[in-house]
Amino acid sequence: MAVPVSRYPTFSHGVHPPESKDDTRGLPIRQFPFAPSLVIPLAQHIGKPSVPVVREGQEVARGQLLAEADGFVSVPQHSPASGVVRRIGLVPSIAGKMVTGIYIEPFPGSSQEVAEGERCDLDTATPDEIIAAIQSAGVVGLGGAAFPTHVKLRAPEGKHIDTLILNGIECEPYLTTDHRVMLEQTADVHVGIRYLLKATGAERAIIGIEANKLDAAEALEAAIPEDLPVTVGVVQVKYPQGAEKMLITALLGSEVPSGGLPADVGAVVVNVATAAEIGRLLPHGRGIQERVVTLTGPAVRRKGNYRIPIGTPLRFALEHVEASEDVSRVFLGGPMMGQALSSLDIPITKGTSGFVAFTERETGRQPPEYPCIRCAYCVDACPIHLNPSQLGLLAKIGDYERMADELHLMDCFECGSCSYVCPSHIPLVQRFRLAKSVVRERRAAE
Amino acid sequence: MLVLTAVAALGGLTLLLATGLIVANRRLYVEEDPRIDAVEEMLPHSNCGACGFPGCRPFAEALVAGEALPGKCTVSTEDGRAEIAACLGVDVGAEEKRVARLACAGGRNVARNHARYSGHPSCRSAALVAGGGKGCFWGCLGLGDCEQVCDFDAISMNEHALPVVSEALCTACNDCVEICPKDLFSLHPASHRLWVACKNLEAGDELLEDCDVACTACAKCAMDGKGIIEMQDNLPVIDYSSKHGSKHGAKHATKKPIERCPTGAIVWMEADGTIVRGDAAKPVVRHSERRAAAT
Repeated sequence: MAVPVSRYPTFSHGVHPPESKDDTRGLPIRQFPFAPSLVIPLAQHIGKPSVPVVREGQEVARGQLLAEADGFVSVPQHSPASGVVRRIGLVPSIAGKMVTGIYIEPFPGSSQEVAEGERCDLDTATPDEIIAAIQSAGVVGLGGAAFPTHVKLRAPEGKHIDTLILNGIECEPYLTTDHRVMLEQTADVHVGIRYLLKATGAERAIIGIEANKLDAAEALEAAIPEDLPVTVGVVQVKYPQGAEKMLITALLGSEVPSGGLPADVGAVVVNVATAAEIGRLLPHGRGIQERVVTLTGPAVRRKGNYRIPIGTPLRFALEHVEASEDVSRVFLGGPMMGQALSSLDIPITKGTSGFVAFTERETGRQPPEYPCIRCAYCVDACPIHLNPSQLGLLAKIGDYERMADELHLMDCFECGSCSYVCPSHIPLVQRFRLAKSVVRERRAAE
Repeated sequence: MLVLTAVAALGGLTLLLATGLIVANRRLYVEEDPRIDAVEEMLPHSNCGACGFPGCRPFAEALVAGEALPGKCTVSTEDGRAEIAACLGVDVGAEEKRVARLACAGGRNVARNHARYSGHPSCRSAALVAGGGKGCFWGCLGLGDCEQVCDFDAISMNEHALPVVSEALCTACNDCVEICPKDLFSLHPASHRLWVACKNLEAGDELLEDCDVACTACAKCAMDGKGIIEMQDNLPVIDYSSKHGSKHGAKHATKKPIERCPTGAIVWMEADGTIVRGDAAKPVVRHSERRAAAT
């Protein structure tokens, strides 16, 4: 496929970080063993934490309901393994807080058969029933944000969704989970699309894929059933194309208004792995008990894409893939938007798309911060056309109100393009993140 | 001729506008109590908000209107408050001096870090990156946001990167309470000397791996201080209002509960800033000393 890259559509601005996907893009998904103790936080999603329905000491089967959803913006948790509920107490979370969670000790000799639930029949179910089934399967956005999928499928009052966009971009360097899922679970993706089309009432679906995953695009295109209104939209390789709003701009050419939702332009964006999981779980009435995670980075010896039980502690995962002793930094989700971790005891949750581990050799250098020289590289990089240079100067003096009121700070989704290109090594995104949290706090207080 | 027209026109305009100003000054003049300015002069001009008013001027207005008493201004000196009270002919209305107290004793010498944070040196930034890397998720990050925000130089970071509040300088303005991302500060009357210097909600001796002075929820203090200390969420909670069974003032004015604390998580704050730990508390050894002892 010798197509010139410029033929594909994209959004304006953005950056081109090294992809670093070659190590794992060709490795098939492999099943991961069960850790001796699994940790399931009750808040793995955005929204209200779920409420436990098991008690300490109870035996649970794999796939059994552990905690039920608390309201509409919440999802239930299912047991990732057959075993015993050891303890319900505080567990460390990615955000660096202790949250309530459930400790499960899997039975060593168990066949780990997944319990079959109440199946959701595609032909007879109404859209509302499908949305309810997606919620009770515990499905959240598997791309990383972990927003409950069923919430965005219901169009806001007075808006119509005509296009379902499947996000198979995976623009984050190192990660290859969506790539492998698209190649290996092609049929699941299409079944998932059927469910999603019916639930949203959309007329068509577009699978957005970056031009560096043409094999996945071909596989999906070849497998499209004749009665399904699906097209595959290949877009240029650029970061942060995987962001919802950027993808809509690239594929539909329309821009989501500031502070608006994709539904404002008649679209809804669902991660392709989420669609595959819906297609895999709903016909059996099961819930999410595992997910595909890329374990990679220079410090990992047995890199790969693994199907890992939810709740596997990161320490166990890193030991299993033979991470080298001198691991110095581990990022959850990738090096651009991912979170640096402070503890290896945190578990793999539904929102974990990958772990990238580095040694001191790659991360040791810490260039000093220089003053802003107003080169405007960041202005050229910002995908939502903000002025990071000006925002950075205001953040330095702590004028957060002005940042929010005049410079649209709250539209920033922290992609990190500005920090990436800054020749003065100004930690712009980190400052914006602080500014946003302060502004959010103040607004909540008002 | 042209010049004359211009001068006449401008002169006329000036006269007209001046008349307008004079009329406005007479007719729209707002009568203001001259005492407000006088009282404001006597206030410390720090606009800290500790009195509960937006600044010194609104506080002065409230004072003159009789809605507040001078004692509310904790920044003024005793003499300053008396002067204002005398000027207005009201009671000083002595409020008990309140100070900010830090609910953490885990300085660098006793608390372990799981990860090294190397980003923007501010507690609030660090807290956004996986909680800041401290072994104890509740503990003080020690990057000194509170020291920076304090307008009265009442907070200084000690050699173990733990803020120390000077009771003499603290005006209870609430700034440090608001800025701390771990919510470790709270305002208390200075007479509340019995203090739980830990916020860790977990229980058990495993906590000591992360911090030598963590509360392990052994509840010995609750046994010794029946009626004033209760265990809630694995932490002792002191009921400062309890005067039950005490002849001389509040019962929390006793050092008894700290004596058997094995880690020194419950302490006695002396007015001069020394923190008294119980006799049973094991001595705190610095990492360097421990390493030296091992080799």
